[in-house]
Amino acid sequence: MEAGKANLEVFAATLLRLAQADRDILVVTSDSRGSGKLGPFAQALPQQIVEIGIAEQNLVGVSAGLASAGKKVFAVSPACFLTARGLEQIKNDVAYSDNPVKVVGISAGVSYGALGSTHHSLHDLAALQAINNIDIVVPADNFETRAVIETAVSYPRPLYIRFGKAAMPHLHAPDAHFAIGKAITLMEGSDVTFIAIGETVARAAQAAHLLAAQGIAAGVISMHTLKPLDATAVLRAAASSQAIITVEEHSVYGGLGSTVAALLLQNRLNPAFKIVGIPDEYTVTGSQSEIFAHYGITPAALAATAQSLLFDPQMSQIHADFLD
Amino acid sequence: MNQPKTIHELEQKSIQYRRKTLQIIKQAKAGHTGGSLSAVDILNVLYNRVMNVSPENFHDPDRDRFVQSKGHSVEALYVVLADQGFYPMAALDTLNQYQSHFIGHPTRKVNGVEQNTGALGHGLSLAVGMALAAKKDGRSYRVFTLLGDGELEEGSNWEASMSAAHYGLDNLTVIIDYNTLQITGPIESVTGITRLPEKFAAFGYAVRQVDGNSIPALTAVFDQLPFAPGQPNLILAHTVKGKGVSFIENQVGWHHRVPTDAEFAAALLELDEAEQAWERSNGSR
Repeated sequence: MEAGKANLEVFAATLLRLAQADRDILVVTSDSRGSGKLGPFAQALPQQIVEIGIAEQNLVGVSAGLASAGKKVFAVSPACFLTARGLEQIKNDVAYSDNPVKVVGISAGVSYGALGSTHHSLHDLAALQAINNIDIVVPADNFETRAVIETAVSYPRPLYIRFGKAAMPHLHAPDAHFAIGKAITLMEGSDVTFIAIGETVARAAQAAHLLAAQGIAAGVISMHTLKPLDATAVLRAAASSQAIITVEEHSVYGGLGSTVAALLLQNRLNPAFKIVGIPDEYTVTGSQSEIFAHYGITPAALAATAQSLLFDPQMSQIHADFLD
Repeated sequence: MNQPKTIHELEQKSIQYRRKTLQIIKQAKAGHTGGSLSAVDILNVLYNRVMNVSPENFHDPDRDRFVQSKGHSVEALYVVLADQGFYPMAALDTLNQYQSHFIGHPTRKVNGVEQNTGALGHGLSLAVGMALAAKKDGRSYRVFTLLGDGELEEGSNWEASMSAAHYGLDNLTVIIDYNTLQITGPIESVTGITRLPEKFAAFGYAVRQVDGNSIPALTAVFDQLPFAPGQPNLILAHTVKGKGVSFIENQVGWHHRVPTDAEFAAALLELDEAEQAWERSNGSR
């Protein structure tokens, strides 16, 4: 896969380009213009950046007020603070009051690595999924990032977008089609399908290539939109492959895996199934990629998970144990 | 915008608003009685004298905007909006009922309500955003928000205040319904909500204090807006919780108590007497 930039850089460049042509686009920051790579934006368009200071509740509330008056508002702050400190404002002032703010969580998941749990956002997808009237998009690569930002400008509903800051390989052809709520199938596979979101999609795609070399047909779906979930894509994958593995940079509770599991079960589908994410424990210290490796989110580990799900009799034994 | 009404006319409206507020709380068997009665006169003057907002211009980008941050006093707001013609007064008979749009906190399902509120400490940030948008767009509309005094314990108000001053939002007016009581007791017994004029001035507001249950005093202070160019406006409105009904006034227990039949009858009698006294005064002021 060809190397690309960090999604964060693509976000900042795309937003600057769009804002130069549209004075209604505003970026609202909480002392986060540096973290958001928004220095060039601030320099080029000082009238279109609103600095709030380190005050995430006010960041979201002011953004909602601006959006209510017709501004196209991107509220940009590290996902860890934005979706915890500002959660009630997202719930009430954005979602409930239906102010179409684009809530942008930067350096999401475990992007901050060794800075620790205060700076990780492993709860945000769970928290926001349970709130009515806000859609959730986690782009996987530069193409999806550019596309979601372009779509977001005139998106009529509240929207949460979160991404990290690691360089991402290109996953899609430049003419690929992106629409919120419509998953993108990268590979089809009759043995196992990875349904992945965000920065884990590239790792799942690499795992699928490893599996292909081992004679296993693995599919990969970039489920960039968590809500509304593309149920058709999930059900089609479950119907056409024996095993489903979800992969996410989030707690194993309440994110993509839980949502896919609920969908499958309520449709009477019971494929071999595994949720790969960050387990419910104090997250290990390390860089993002070290944390990923620790919890099995590497191409080799994901391929091994697929192998064991398909072929390991112990995995079947676990199911049998629960029946006793 | 409605024809400006005289102070004398507004004084009668306040009595009528209080009567209707009690009636819908009684009928719904729920409501925030004390805080609605303390805020009635502020809402009365805002909607009948100060703000350029009406059912006709409610979707006009140049309308004035009101955000009721102390959302629990929704009954008074619903009554005033009905009187402005946003919907028939009879619609309030459904307050809090199954599938009613008239929820027990302000909701945009109700015509005339700008923002959904009810969780405290949200309205000021919303109002700052609206006022900042006016500055960005070169529009002349004004933004008003009503906060409770107990509500000031939410730290988000002070975050929003820093932004209001930082951006010089002289098109923003914050009104504090300073009735000095919250659900637990006197606000100063709950936590350190003291020296409010000094606090607000230190945060960069141009501060005025007023008798928040006096129509002439409120009218006079709103007439002075903006108080100082480049500074957000803050009106510390000294009010009486439960104002207008003697046995409800200044009683912590009436925060969200619903009157019994006997209390309701006694309250209406007091308000009738107040209206008779108003008729005798006949604009002689």
